[in-house]
Amino acid sequence: MAKVNMTPVKTKMPEQDPNIRNGNFLEVTTGYTPQMAYDEAMRCLNCKHKPCVAGCPVNIDIPNFIQSVTQGNIEEAYEIITRTNSLPAICGRVCPQESQCELPCVRGIKGEPVAIGRLERYVADYMLAKDNFTTDVTKPATKKNKKIAIVGSGPSGLAAASDLCDMGYDVTIFEALHKAGGVLVYGIPEFRLPKSIVEKEIERLKTKGVNIELNMVIGKTISIEELHDNEGFEAVFVGTGAGLPNFMNIPGENLNGVYSANEFLTRVNLMKAYDPSYDTPIYFGSHVAVVGGGNVAMDAARAAKRLGAEHVSIVYRRSEQEMPARVEEVHHAKEEGINFHLLTNPTQILGEKGWVKGMECVKMQLSDPGTDGRRRPVVIPGSEYILDTTSVIIAIGTSPNPLIKSTTYGLDTNKWGCIIADTETGQTSIPYIFAGGDVVTGAATVILAMGAGKKAAAAIDKYLDK
Amino acid sequence: MYKILEKKNLNNEVVYMKVAAPAVAKKCEPGQFIILRANETGERIPLTIEDYDRKEGWVSIVFQKVGKSTYILGTLNEGDYILDFVGPLGIASHTEGMEKVCVIGGGLGCAIAFPQAKKLFKNGAHVDIIAGFRNKSLVILEDEMKSNSTNYYLMTDDGSAGEKGLVTAKLKELIENGANYDTVIAIGPVIMMKFVSLLTKEYGIRTIVSMNPIMIDGTGMCGGCRLTVDGQTKFACVDGPDFDGHKVDFDGVLQRLSMYKEEENHQCNLFRGIE
Repeated sequence: MAKVNMTPVKTKMPEQDPNIRNGNFLEVTTGYTPQMAYDEAMRCLNCKHKPCVAGCPVNIDIPNFIQSVTQGNIEEAYEIITRTNSLPAICGRVCPQESQCELPCVRGIKGEPVAIGRLERYVADYMLAKDNFTTDVTKPATKKNKKIAIVGSGPSGLAAASDLCDMGYDVTIFEALHKAGGVLVYGIPEFRLPKSIVEKEIERLKTKGVNIELNMVIGKTISIEELHDNEGFEAVFVGTGAGLPNFMNIPGENLNGVYSANEFLTRVNLMKAYDPSYDTPIYFGSHVAVVGGGNVAMDAARAAKRLGAEHVSIVYRRSEQEMPARVEEVHHAKEEGINFHLLTNPTQILGEKGWVKGMECVKMQLSDPGTDGRRRPVVIPGSEYILDTTSVIIAIGTSPNPLIKSTTYGLDTNKWGCIIADTETGQTSIPYIFAGGDVVTGAATVILAMGAGKKAAAAIDKYLDK
Repeated sequence: MYKILEKKNLNNEVVYMKVAAPAVAKKCEPGQFIILRANETGERIPLTIEDYDRKEGWVSIVFQKVGKSTYILGTLNEGDYILDFVGPLGIASHTEGMEKVCVIGGGLGCAIAFPQAKKLFKNGAHVDIIAGFRNKSLVILEDEMKSNSTNYYLMTDDGSAGEKGLVTAKLKELIENGANYDTVIAIGPVIMMKFVSLLTKEYGIRTIVSMNPIMIDGTGMCGGCRLTVDGQTKFACVDGPDFDGHKVDFDGVLQRLSMYKEEENHQCNLFRGIE
């Protein structure tokens, strides 16, 4: 066997030049070549205690798949990954690996950790690019002749559906929108996650036997109770996410030119408003201010820049250290010319003839940590100033949509509207209903939602086996 | 895919379509709406459910050709398919306890007001309908409304059909003559609903309006349809579309409706070959 590659830094991922990519919606990073993948895979020490595996929310057997990559056996690597992860091309792109699998990597002690996410993506892309690649490597189980309904086709629903299908259940996903994928299709932009990749992954699930019904708003078109009582679904998994946008409740929020990030990104990503051959319009002024510091804020700001806005600013009330967005995304946003107004909080949006004209902000300073452990921002008196802007995108978080809660009698939720579910099984206050992902935790990550979907799938199997 | 079972031109601008959508037909109630997307590059547009048949599994929509998307929809014929058709959305109209009602429809709003008038009338309420149009050529649903009301009053701006004048003038006249309505339901252009609400406020008559802001998903995930009601922000797609007319900030709604005016006119003209 060849010697381990002791280079202290990750094999660089090729990416589009910042000044070119901020004018298009093509993917920023272009993926490893076979040689790059080999070089990076050779950095893995194949540790006996595998700390990386514990860092992955779905416990992919990381050293083993990486060993297969070093041997050039990509199909085997893919088989190992998909034993526990049904959407590797997506996770390899959008997981915050720095705080998950790559965090405990031994190579990270004296240098950069192994680029596990990039390798996972390489393996998945290699397989997805194959002609006629549709069937899953997992063998189909014997049919159980039991129907399970999945509400929502985001990461948690897709993961649960995939596992339940493998176990032999008849699985139907109900999706309210006209495309499956949840936040993967309406939230995360093309330049970070190409929609063709999401489509291919979902197509793969369909060929396995997962049935997807679009344009079905559960709670309106049909209720969970009706699915169970009248339609023969023996268990229901709720993965409806946290799609209700929070607003700031400051004056001027209903002016023309003020968007929730959900609306802005839905127009851009799902409705393809950036493409003139699509009919959905979008408004972006010359100066766009995005309020918030998470990945959604970065996505909205970078999308606005690509649409042609001259000045795009991120307005965030804490400092860069506290930003919840991935370091890589903040870095990419800066490279693309996004301005950062840190320790800044909007107090009102100013209008002229009904349109946004500017935004009054105050400067903040950080005081002692609050109950959540984060240093609380407090207003610096007399620091008001007007930020020149013609549109405002609010990206300060989302909550679960109350529709399921209000139409499912007896389903318990907490004070934030999140469904109360057992952390191990996902079971709710109604025994046949399981839930997972953002609808339980509030807005979190794709991989955590997938992990919750997998756990619930296992628990549903146990529940129906009784 | 949702098959168009029947199509009729109610006038030069307004089209009626019966669409096969069994799941929607099974659940919908007057006051609710659907969102459709005609084709792959199309936008999502909200349209009120005009009528439905649970057994036959269809719902009907009535729309006015006012822009690119409605023009495209208008080019589809019986036997063609609408790509996406989702609903029923919004909260069904509350009609409980209404005994003496005046239903006011302005233009296309008549098609939206019709299912509510029909339901109330069938339930035994006294229902006066005031239908307003710009002129005779735009009059729709006259027979349907006549046969589902106690009294039917047709108004046109130019007097070419029915009486000359605005719906508000007729409403004022009826109230002054002792109509004694417990509720007024007004559906039509925002400006009409605003003036009806201003009038009924003077008389202290409960007034329900149906709001039609810009929508995308129609399920409460974006807030594009937000409006101010009684000083609070509401999402018309999930909290409405019906609201208390005396509490709606109509000027705010009008302003938000104008958001894409330029873009819309441009797209529409391109589609019609005018630009």
